[in-house]
Amino acid sequence: MLQTAQRSAKSKTKKAAPPHERFLEAFRWMLLTRTLEEKLVSLYRGGLITGGVYIGKGQEAVSVACGLFLQKGDIFAPLIRDQAGRSAFGEPLLDVTRTYLGSRLGPMRGRDGNIHRGHPRKNELAMISHLGAMISVTVGALLAKRFKGEKNFVGLACIGEGGMQTGSFHEGMNIAAVEQVPLVVVATNNHYAYSTPNDREFACHDLVDRAIGYGFEGYSLDGTDLAACLDVIGGAVKRARAGRPPQLVVASVLRLSGHGEHDDASYVTEEIKQQPFSRDCLKVAEQTIIDLNLLAPETLAEWRKDAVAQVEEAIAAAQKEPAPEGDKEDWCALSTRDLVDSFE
Amino acid sequence: MSITYLEAIREAQAKLLRDDERVFIYGQDVGGTFGGAFKATKGLAKEFPGRVLNTPISEDAIVGTAIGAAMQGMRPIVEMQFADFSSIALNQILNHAGTHYWRTSVPVPITVRLPSGGTKGSGPFHSQSMESIYAHYPGLIVMTPATVEDAYTMLIEAVAIDDPVIYCEHKYLYYHLKADKLPEKGLPAGRARIAREGRDLTIVSYSAMVQESLAAAEELAREGLEIEVVDLRTVKPLDTDTVLASIARTGRLLCVGESFPWGGATAEVIARVTSQGFHLLDAAPQRLNAKDTPIPYHPNLWSAHRPNEKNIATKARALLRE
Repeated sequence: MLQTAQRSAKSKTKKAAPPHERFLEAFRWMLLTRTLEEKLVSLYRGGLITGGVYIGKGQEAVSVACGLFLQKGDIFAPLIRDQAGRSAFGEPLLDVTRTYLGSRLGPMRGRDGNIHRGHPRKNELAMISHLGAMISVTVGALLAKRFKGEKNFVGLACIGEGGMQTGSFHEGMNIAAVEQVPLVVVATNNHYAYSTPNDREFACHDLVDRAIGYGFEGYSLDGTDLAACLDVIGGAVKRARAGRPPQLVVASVLRLSGHGEHDDASYVTEEIKQQPFSRDCLKVAEQTIIDLNLLAPETLAEWRKDAVAQVEEAIAAAQKEPAPEGDKEDWCALSTRDLVDSFE
Repeated sequence: MSITYLEAIREAQAKLLRDDERVFIYGQDVGGTFGGAFKATKGLAKEFPGRVLNTPISEDAIVGTAIGAAMQGMRPIVEMQFADFSSIALNQILNHAGTHYWRTSVPVPITVRLPSGGTKGSGPFHSQSMESIYAHYPGLIVMTPATVEDAYTMLIEAVAIDDPVIYCEHKYLYYHLKADKLPEKGLPAGRARIAREGRDLTIVSYSAMVQESLAAAEELAREGLEIEVVDLRTVKPLDTDTVLASIARTGRLLCVGESFPWGGATAEVIARVTSQGFHLLDAAPQRLNAKDTPIPYHPNLWSAHRPNEKNIATKARALLRE
């Protein structure tokens, strides 16, 4: 079952799918993501996950579009709410469950947790918590590819409107434009930086207006509309790949969860919940599928069943695996073992 | 022929660019016809087109870009215009480069050159020695060359190392130190060097303070005192064995560093010596650092702020009386 998702992720790069097939493929990753994250939340509430759980509920449409258009050799720098994009990019579910459940066999081996995971060798960068930091790192990865003579590559880095206010973000955007690397930055304005609403985050009229100041091309997006996400983000990736200046996409959504699962988000106002950008993108996409009869009801039911099975399998597998142990850990932060300092 | 410490750094970078196509230099004003605020990259942009790149004044993004390039197989050398400005890049260096191998098993082979330490008239923001901050965090190697020869071989070694290296080059030594020729090979990183042999007292130092300590030792020699000077070369990893072996010969320890006095490299040396070699000591170990104030502008104040030949000699004499 796990393999099904991965095969599908790879096959997508072979040939551009017709729009509705792409829509359905994206929807399926969103469905898998929602299923996975709901399960992670229940494990967290049951005390089976240590640390935090951070989900992308309400942001799956934007995120999936971030992962879906990237090809082998492209760089992806996902952030905290990008499970859908990570899966579409090719991250196995087992990576997620191993990291959340602290398996020694996972990509982070218990050394780092939850959303701070990645496979740098497979071009999925492992985010640090300091927001904005991944922009320039993505620029550097693209610069290296240019140095090495590679062609036809892009990088895509995700950020939120909160992260857009850091110095690191500004420096990264500016240097991206100076270097003219094929970068797409997808900024999801989910209207809260943890508990802080937009009016205490920034004072410009529209975040996308910053694109011109950075030397980017900028696009706005209704992040609850999957078709629009695929169109706008897909277009930005295409333009970056074709050698246009770096691309900034600013998507508008509401975070349909707390900052993490420890947070009840009681500060989210009723008024904002009534805004058009507060729709649940997954429900909207599903309604489109039903309205346009893109999928037989039994197929949709089958996809749901399959998502549950994949998630159950990934969790069961990770739960059987060994945890790291302090007295057996290799406490060495350098790859050059001769240069490890000794504190005996 | 004679070559300065600064020229050695330039020559090392020229050799690295020549020998290894993965190497590029990234920093403020390093490129074009300018060649850096101190000319450490003079002529390199012309000799190696497209590989010595000027950057915006964005220390965070400069190091972030180097990290991303290193992950993709390049060997970037970052020049911070002054070590002091690397404070803006601390996040990328400490939290990103320093944690990356531990977290992901993928090392980040960047070399960050920090023009460090004080010169007359440079003031609080162009004089700092940052090695102790970097050494405090895991995942980094911190080099502090004190000689022309080490400036050359250690920079070449820094770029060859698969992990992030903070290379602290001392601005006072740029023009003040000269050598006849550059060596083919030097001592490896992590190995300290006996810069002067003696039997009465050990001074452990690094970077420009090695030169001040050697001058103090020369002064004390005229008084019949034989001072051994240990040049740490790298403050992390710290060659505790060479330090302990020296103290086994002398029984007395004075540590000298140019950075601020709270904690740091000199405190680390004393902590290790007292916990591992307490029995070797004939007197309580001492240390001498800069004063616990920002670094002053005026030459009269600056020369009294940092350790120097005179106050090192005074401190050594006092320690020898105990």
